[in-house]
Amino acid sequence: MIDQLKHNFKTFETSLNGATKSNWHELRTEAFEAFAKNGFPKPKDEEYRYTQIARALEKTFDFSATPVAIDAVHGNKPLFYDSDAIHVFIDNGVVQKDSLTHTELDAIEIMTLEEATNKYPEEVKAHFGKYANVQKDPFTALNTAFSYEGVFIKVTKNTKIERPVLLHYSTDGNNSISQSRNLILVEQGAEVSIIESHTSHGDSAHFSNHVSEIVVGANANFNGYKLQHQHDKSYHVDNTFISQDRDSKAQTYTLTLEGKLIRNNLNFALEDENCEAHMFGLYVVRDNGHVDNHTNVDHKMPKCYSNEIYKGILDDKAKGVFNGKIFVRQDAQKTNAFQSNKNILLTDTASINTKPQLEIWADDVSCSHGCTTGQLDEEQLFYLRSRGVSKSSATAMLLHAFVNDVLDKINISFLHNFINEEISKRLD
Amino acid sequence: MSSDNQILEDFTSSEYKYGFETLIENDSAPKGINEDIVRFISAKKEEPEWMLEWRLKAYRHWITLEEPEWANVHHPKIDFQDIIYYSAPKKKPELASLDEVDPDLLETFKKLGISLEEQKRLSGVAVDAVIDSVSVKTTFTKTLGKLGIIFCSFSEAVREHPELIKKYLGSVVPMTDNYYAALNSAVFSDGSFCYIPKGVRCPMELSTYFRINASGTGQFERTLIVAEDESYVSYLEGCTAPSRDENQLHAAVVEIYAEAKAEVKYSTVQNWYPGDKNGVGGVYNFVTKRGLCKGDYSKISWTQVETGSAITWKYPSCILKGDYSVGEFYSVAVTNNYQQADTGTKMIHLGKNTKSTIISKGISAGKSQNSYRGLVKIHKRAGNARNFSQCDSLLMGDTCGAHTFPYIEIDNSTAKVEHEATTSKIGEDQIFYCNQRGIDTENAIALIVNGYAKEVLNKLPMEFAVEAQKLLALTLEGSVG
Repeated sequence: MIDQLKHNFKTFETSLNGATKSNWHELRTEAFEAFAKNGFPKPKDEEYRYTQIARALEKTFDFSATPVAIDAVHGNKPLFYDSDAIHVFIDNGVVQKDSLTHTELDAIEIMTLEEATNKYPEEVKAHFGKYANVQKDPFTALNTAFSYEGVFIKVTKNTKIERPVLLHYSTDGNNSISQSRNLILVEQGAEVSIIESHTSHGDSAHFSNHVSEIVVGANANFNGYKLQHQHDKSYHVDNTFISQDRDSKAQTYTLTLEGKLIRNNLNFALEDENCEAHMFGLYVVRDNGHVDNHTNVDHKMPKCYSNEIYKGILDDKAKGVFNGKIFVRQDAQKTNAFQSNKNILLTDTASINTKPQLEIWADDVSCSHGCTTGQLDEEQLFYLRSRGVSKSSATAMLLHAFVNDVLDKINISFLHNFINEEISKRLD
Repeated sequence: MSSDNQILEDFTSSEYKYGFETLIENDSAPKGINEDIVRFISAKKEEPEWMLEWRLKAYRHWITLEEPEWANVHHPKIDFQDIIYYSAPKKKPELASLDEVDPDLLETFKKLGISLEEQKRLSGVAVDAVIDSVSVKTTFTKTLGKLGIIFCSFSEAVREHPELIKKYLGSVVPMTDNYYAALNSAVFSDGSFCYIPKGVRCPMELSTYFRINASGTGQFERTLIVAEDESYVSYLEGCTAPSRDENQLHAAVVEIYAEAKAEVKYSTVQNWYPGDKNGVGGVYNFVTKRGLCKGDYSKISWTQVETGSAITWKYPSCILKGDYSVGEFYSVAVTNNYQQADTGTKMIHLGKNTKSTIISKGISAGKSQNSYRGLVKIHKRAGNARNFSQCDSLLMGDTCGAHTFPYIEIDNSTAKVEHEATTSKIGEDQIFYCNQRGIDTENAIALIVNGYAKEVLNKLPMEFAVEAQKLLALTLEGSVG
């Protein structure tokens, strides 16, 4: 497989023509070397211990197939739509340039990364590949090595973007892989909400590898929503890196509804004082679905606050993995960090592996984590049933209550409604 | 803030109290390990052929293994060829009374506060004192013998009860289990064996004191406890070691085998030499402890107070195989100076309606690192399993670290698993509250730390609880009264 990828990288290099001397390409070469050296995660790799993704990928993909164009029937047909939002379409990792027609907006600029290297060379140079560490994670390395274009978003200083930005990612099978990349700069004092919706079409397997780098400036506010609703042959790896400057706020919502194998690596770096980070996660998985959420919060400076709530319902033979790491460095005094992971297993064939992890190097901190796994409370069920509620609707009611902790945090009404409906369909 | 610093300074400068060395003529093996050394140890202990074979098999497996590196501890690579694997006080004829015991040895016990006579007469505790790998004296054997309880040194058990040893040795911790267990299986010097027959409730607490003595000696203890149906035993283990600069390796194995409705309580106070305040010297304590709840309704409970060792690496575990079996783990781990501790437990639920509780309290000070690492695994067939885990860390000073690595693996929908962890320092408001009521800061910290660890200390048997509190006070001396 590595050989095939080496070959692909050569082909890719030649296709770039004269562009091989740029900074960007240096980064690509470095990333590819890192990837070639480490390869995909080994079975004993602690970070991928419960998600044997390399084996699954090797079995399904030969990495020589190239993605076909999205079928016109499916293409540009989003999972959900709201006329209020700003829409961008990315098919098989390729940004649909004709969807980038938001020039009328001054406060927010959306373009391809390629355009951005011409228009904002300084910004791209300063931020691209600076947060996504190619040495640490092989998928980040692979993505960086083959990075060619992607979405670049820049929100101008001290402006609030009322309309949410909706990035529609669609993939189409053909046993191929696609890689997409984002660089989002939220400048000082700005505020924006960005929704990524990942869907897949057709009925053959597909592997998508996505990397986002998000820079939240001082006193800025960023809301990132991620909706993963792919079909049951989709493999998806998401690497998100958020870097926060002082007094900033960031919220992420990772909502997973369907997919064969999904791995989310969410990394927060709190670079200066008084940052606030919230991570919400919800995964409702069935059949043979496998969802793995790895989060990592790096408290580097004092007085920051991080809060994490992840909830999951696992049905059929679904597998869930949660690994939350809170890292408090020696300088990060007065840190407040909370983490909670709660799971419900609906069948005996579903399973969950969770590992909440605290690494604390400072003394004046208040950190806690908790996690629970169980099934629905017998007494609560009995209470409802004794009042004439049927077993199935009582179950649905309780499961709804369980996910509401996270659902209620979603501030965008059309997204909230869509997810609520999807979950209702599943639970009722 | 200045008083805080003062406290920390006092705390870090309190010297190890039990640092003295008894000069007893040694009968040591040459340094290093190879098949001949294994044969030498076996011959020295006059072991039967099958025991030697077992050791050799373990040795041959050990050389194929690599030293594990996953733990959150750092130390220079251990040179396994630079260790003396056997040293024993000179062989003497079996003694009938304490008068015949080497006076030097008795003096050592006195300094440690274990007077054999006193314990024998007053506390009713049978002490099997182990100095440098060979059991010197076993007391109360006769009283226990009447009940059919066997409590003797491991080498004696190999001679007297080969059928029991053959049956249970390696049944819980197989020789292939891990690197240090394999090493221990090959070269274990001595240890204790305890057998409680069916329906017997052991009338006294059984205890063993381990002590590392002669320079450069690794100590490889092996403890095997077998509790038959409906029996009960409470076993205590405590250790202190004299100070010296060379790092010493301690790789012990403890196996507990509990049949139906049996209950075993295993308590440890560990106070190996932690090294001086610059992190020089100290004992490496790499221990494999595991209990098997074989029968239904069996129960194994681990309680540990860890104050010593330069590096501690141990995970007393329970395999809950029988239905309705119960596993418990209570731990207080204190680290100071450059000490490193990576400790925790594993609860493997295999049987139905099994229950486990984990309470772990870590206190780190100085430049020490304290990690909790635990596994709770609920197997597919373990219906209605229940686990509650709580691991708290207390930090004193800003140069120490506290880490938690809990692994939770659940394959059954009826499982109820809860895990909680907190990390904090002693609140200024708590100290203020005490100060305001006339308690000085030092005593306030003592009060708070004691309260913090109370949940675990309460689980210790009476005699031990007193000692453990003394130890905590000693470790936190200067800062805590």
